[in-house]
Amino acid sequence: MSLVQEIDYGTPASKAGAQVTLTIDGQQVTVPAGTSIMRAAMDTGIKVPKLCATDSVDAFGSCRLCLVEIQGRAGTPASCTTPVAEGIVVSTQSERLKQIRKGVMELYISDHPLDCLTCAANGDCELQDMAGAVGLRDVRYGYDGASHTKQEKDESNPYFTFDPSKCIVCSRCVRACEEVQGTFALTIQGHGFDSKVSPGAFDDNFLSSECVSCGACVQACPTATLSEKSLIEIGQPEHSVVTTCAYCGVGCSFKAEMRGEELVRMVPYKDGKANRGHSCVKGRFAWGYAHHKERILKPMMRETIDQPWREVSWEDAIGRVASEFKRLQDKHGRLVIGGITSSRCTNEETYLVQKLIRGGFGNNNVDTCARVCHSPTGFGLSQAFGTSAGTQDFDSVEQSDVIIVIGANPTDAHPVFASRMKKRLRAGAKLIVIDPRRIDLVKSAHIKADYHLPLRPGTNAAMLNAIAHTIVTEGLANEKFVNEFCDRDAFAYWAEFIAQPQNSPENVGLMAGVDPALIRGAARLYATGGNGAIYYGLGVTEHSQGTTAVMGLANLAMLTGNIGRKGVGVNPLRGQNNVQGSCDMGSFPHELTGYRHISDDAMRGTFEALWGRKLDNEPGLRIPNMFDAAIEGTFKGLYVQGEDILQSDPNTAHVVRALASMECVVVQDLFLNETANYAHVFLPGSTFLEKDGTFTNAERRINRVRKVMTPKNGKADWEITLDIAKAMGFPMHYDHPSQIMDEIAALTPTFKDVSYELLEKVGSVQWPCNDKAPLGTPVMHIGGFVRGKGNFLITEYVPTDEKTGPRFPLLLTTGRILSQYNVGAQTRRTENVVWHDQDVLEIHPHDAEQRGVRDGDWVRLDSRAGSTSLRAQITDRVAPGVVYTTFHHPDTQANVITTDYSDWATNCPEYKVTAVQVSPSNGPSEWQREYNAQAEHSRRIVKVAAE
Amino acid sequence: MSSYDGKLVMMANQIGKFYAPQKQVEPVAAIATHIRKFWDPHMRAVIVAHLDQGGADLDEPVRQAVERLKQGA
Repeated sequence: MSLVQEIDYGTPASKAGAQVTLTIDGQQVTVPAGTSIMRAAMDTGIKVPKLCATDSVDAFGSCRLCLVEIQGRAGTPASCTTPVAEGIVVSTQSERLKQIRKGVMELYISDHPLDCLTCAANGDCELQDMAGAVGLRDVRYGYDGASHTKQEKDESNPYFTFDPSKCIVCSRCVRACEEVQGTFALTIQGHGFDSKVSPGAFDDNFLSSECVSCGACVQACPTATLSEKSLIEIGQPEHSVVTTCAYCGVGCSFKAEMRGEELVRMVPYKDGKANRGHSCVKGRFAWGYAHHKERILKPMMRETIDQPWREVSWEDAIGRVASEFKRLQDKHGRLVIGGITSSRCTNEETYLVQKLIRGGFGNNNVDTCARVCHSPTGFGLSQAFGTSAGTQDFDSVEQSDVIIVIGANPTDAHPVFASRMKKRLRAGAKLIVIDPRRIDLVKSAHIKADYHLPLRPGTNAAMLNAIAHTIVTEGLANEKFVNEFCDRDAFAYWAEFIAQPQNSPENVGLMAGVDPALIRGAARLYATGGNGAIYYGLGVTEHSQGTTAVMGLANLAMLTGNIGRKGVGVNPLRGQNNVQGSCDMGSFPHELTGYRHISDDAMRGTFEALWGRKLDNEPGLRIPNMFDAAIEGTFKGLYVQGEDILQSDPNTAHVVRALASMECVVVQDLFLNETANYAHVFLPGSTFLEKDGTFTNAERRINRVRKVMTPKNGKADWEITLDIAKAMGFPMHYDHPSQIMDEIAALTPTFKDVSYELLEKVGSVQWPCNDKAPLGTPVMHIGGFVRGKGNFLITEYVPTDEKTGPRFPLLLTTGRILSQYNVGAQTRRTENVVWHDQDVLEIHPHDAEQRGVRDGDWVRLDSRAGSTSLRAQITDRVAPGVVYTTFHHPDTQANVITTDYSDWATNCPEYKVTAVQVSPSNGPSEWQREYNAQAEHSRRIVKVAAE
Repeated sequence: MSSYDGKLVMMANQIGKFYAPQKQVEPVAAIATHIRKFWDPHMRAVIVAHLDQGGADLDEPVRQAVERLKQGA
């Protein structure tokens, strides 16, 4: 094994179509017009010396190392800033160039610490490389003059250091922060010899500045100035493996750089088609949970949940799972047990869990965490377009002219994609934000939304109707597209509905608290501004009309013809890394892989033939239905792989009651999560670093996950499921996850040509990947919809039953923050807690003043479902009447407050609308104190001597 | 009416509110189909039993849809 080396071409690729031929050092080369001479040279393998250039940022032309000579032209132009031209003859080496480069390097080295042997970048330093490349042998100026070599390090960031003594002021970090990340946290302060890289304002350090710790600056730095602390501590890696991040649905590709089985650092992979070499603080740095002291590495069990855990062998634990599940089925019937697949596990693992439940448990009581996030996306888009997935690849945003972001906060929840979107916005695309809260995209560095519609939580469907009403009644619809590609009868019915006065901006604006003129303006912009793209998140789906709103988005895209090409589309931003995959893999109780209903006898027969089992043809229970059935007494056993339903699902008291009602709860996870407090068997899971498999991201991209270390718990998650299946009398035989994928491909038309062999060859593919599209499908519905004709569905607004009133006058909506992920099980066990160590309640100054609440005060949050306490943060990010919090910390238990109202079609919980009251408090609520006591009691472990 | 019955009635009525104004499909049939496709047999049995006991609080098209479920149509 060796390090995966990526070529740095020095400057970004040109996207021009025209080709130019030139000669460099006697070699003819043909490249797209607009390519730099430096990049053209690298295309032929000629490395022009460079320091300030790297291909992730635009050319800068400051270091003067990359000078070249061009026949017939005067001087020595910088090859990074000089574009190719037809027929020119370039020399990258000459006596004159050598002397200039040597002189430049002498100046750099005269102000650089000569500590290469003890430097963290030793062996991976571009300054060192360039000293060698130009043949530097002495420094005529000596080292006694004024220098920067005594400057102090900034160690404030938990993951990397900034050592200004090693800085050559090439501005690569500053430009990466601007161009790649789009945060503009860094600048060059001062002039001439006093120039220095500076984070934030005058007295800021990296931690106190606006830096979001994405790592782009560290990646860009050519010296040891910006270095990962793990690299400094461990040393240079000796091999690397390309794998996929296990955090959000962007699915970034990383090189896991290793020393033996020790992870040195995660470096974003330039060839990763989702992230194109960029990363965020979670994927780049927050992997320390994998070896956190609280990780459970041995199976455990107990008779009752008030007993301490007892470490046991794998055989005993698996045997207990099987004997208990069999006992429950023998006593109460086949349908009393079920399981939940994980959106954090691989496709192969998810597929196996649903196979175990359908084939081994003999029922369809399988569901997945997508139930509580994007299940309305699956149903809504399948009804409108015929496919339960987003329509575009991430690259598509580069061709968008108008972007609608609704119910999503990409800079926090999908930061790498947000950076790509911001780049397009800085280049001139228009932006419409529809969100109750003033998210960062509304206004941040060099970004300003053209329209922000700060609607009242719960009015999405009405707002989308109002936008459509404007487009239809003002004659802005794309009739040609509708006539050619959509069901005309459905459109006619829908158009008649949408034109009705109750859908007018004037009526909806009154209800949603938004100026009708803004709604009309946004509608006109989307309909007439060129390529219109819609990106949405859980702020759309997690409502009682979540599915209706998804259909509303589909209606808008069809109405304006913004579907079926690059730059447009309807794009769900998926929350967890493999939400798309877990849905694709047949995790929903009513359908098998590829979204095919379980009642389809012919299709089900293909599974029965391969699995050797007769399958139930009736849909099983969804997660909320499982809870209700448990409380009713008809559901008694649950296998949960990689999901913390107690913390993540709504109405915690209800979930507690359901879990406590069951006789056998089996949790497979990395940590004793909140659900495990009510579990009888704990099976220690493995991290994404410890197994092979695939994840499917929000753009339907199937990406490889590669094992870089031995599972610390002894088994990959797929192997644990195999053990349970065998013990349940349903043995499955796989030696490697690639064989599981082969089975998935054999059974699933949209995955027909997917194999590990193909993924090794092409990196990643987007489904459908089959004979019609052997290399996958970046953009869907080109030239027609998967379902045939696009289907306009009537999206009548139905207000939620969750109402404000005198007792609960405010509306709570919930969300995520950049540094934490989902329930925080992983990120709370990393240094990311320096940015967010507790959930807080955002409240408008007006509402705070009315209640006598000051910034930082403890406040009590009450709803019809429960009460919790947390600290207040007074901000006008939220409108009067709206409060907001995150759900990352179990100490807060935001879901104690949320109700079990849910989406009409899918039962996706209505997390985003809860009527609440806020009042001053002295500290944690009674619920929190009782819960914490129970949790502490439940987590006791009786250690046993090594076997 | 038990709280479980009440919850299923609410869920069924929610489905009804979506399909009632649809013009491309027959609402009662669409409601019945949705429930048949997405509710497990026990949930369906509970809502049918609720109908048998008078079907309190079921909206009209939903009541008709549950009747169809009962008849296995």
